[in-house]
Amino acid sequence: MSLTISRAFVDAIIEQSRAEYPDECCGVILGPVGSGKANRLKAMVNAAHSPTFYEFDPKDLLALYREVDDKDEEIVVIYHSHTETEAYPSRTDIAYAGEPGAHYVLVSSREEIAPAIEFRSYRIIDGEVTEEEVSITD
Amino acid sequence: MSIEVRIPTILRPFTKDQKAVAASGASLTALITDLDSQFPGIGERLLENGALRRFINIYVNDEDVRFLGGLDAQIKDGDSVTILPAVAGG
Repeated sequence: MSLTISRAFVDAIIEQSRAEYPDECCGVILGPVGSGKANRLKAMVNAAHSPTFYEFDPKDLLALYREVDDKDEEIVVIYHSHTETEAYPSRTDIAYAGEPGAHYVLVSSREEIAPAIEFRSYRIIDGEVTEEEVSITD
Repeated sequence: MSIEVRIPTILRPFTKDQKAVAASGASLTALITDLDSQFPGIGERLLENGALRRFINIYVNDEDVRFLGGLDAQIKDGDSVTILPAVAGG
């Protein structure tokens, strides 16, 4: 298992994490059903507006699933930022991970590592976290 | 009375991978009871100590049931119910 993602999306996610700092940022990347391709990035509002928690607004969540269904897409990536900790799934990330087919991408915007990029991807299935390789394309 | 209930991926092991199932019930409580009798175990994934789980969202048509009276939300023939796990974490 690995995630293939464009440089432009990596940059956009990192930029969003810095723009929304100190709150966590979040969003999805969508792709055609069954393709597994991360084609279309959609930033989401963190309804929790919190440095330690993120949650898609329930209304936005429904709209997202409707849109994805209408366009024959699926959620390929679910991403969020950690503001002061490493880009590794927290206990709550694992407890609430509800999309077994998605890549869970974490980016850390903590200051001491900000010049470097901490951008990592995981599968989270039945409480089990498996880190996977990230392959960035130009 | 038949209500279409859309099932999220994570709960499809209960519904033999069906994305949508038919259920009946005049309220959300009755609907969940019916779902659980058809698909044993699914009720526990929706409820905790008799209340809706915090990180499960249920919608009647376009409205979050939390704004429709929660488990008392009224449901009528032809309504569509969507279950979605919250996308959330820390």
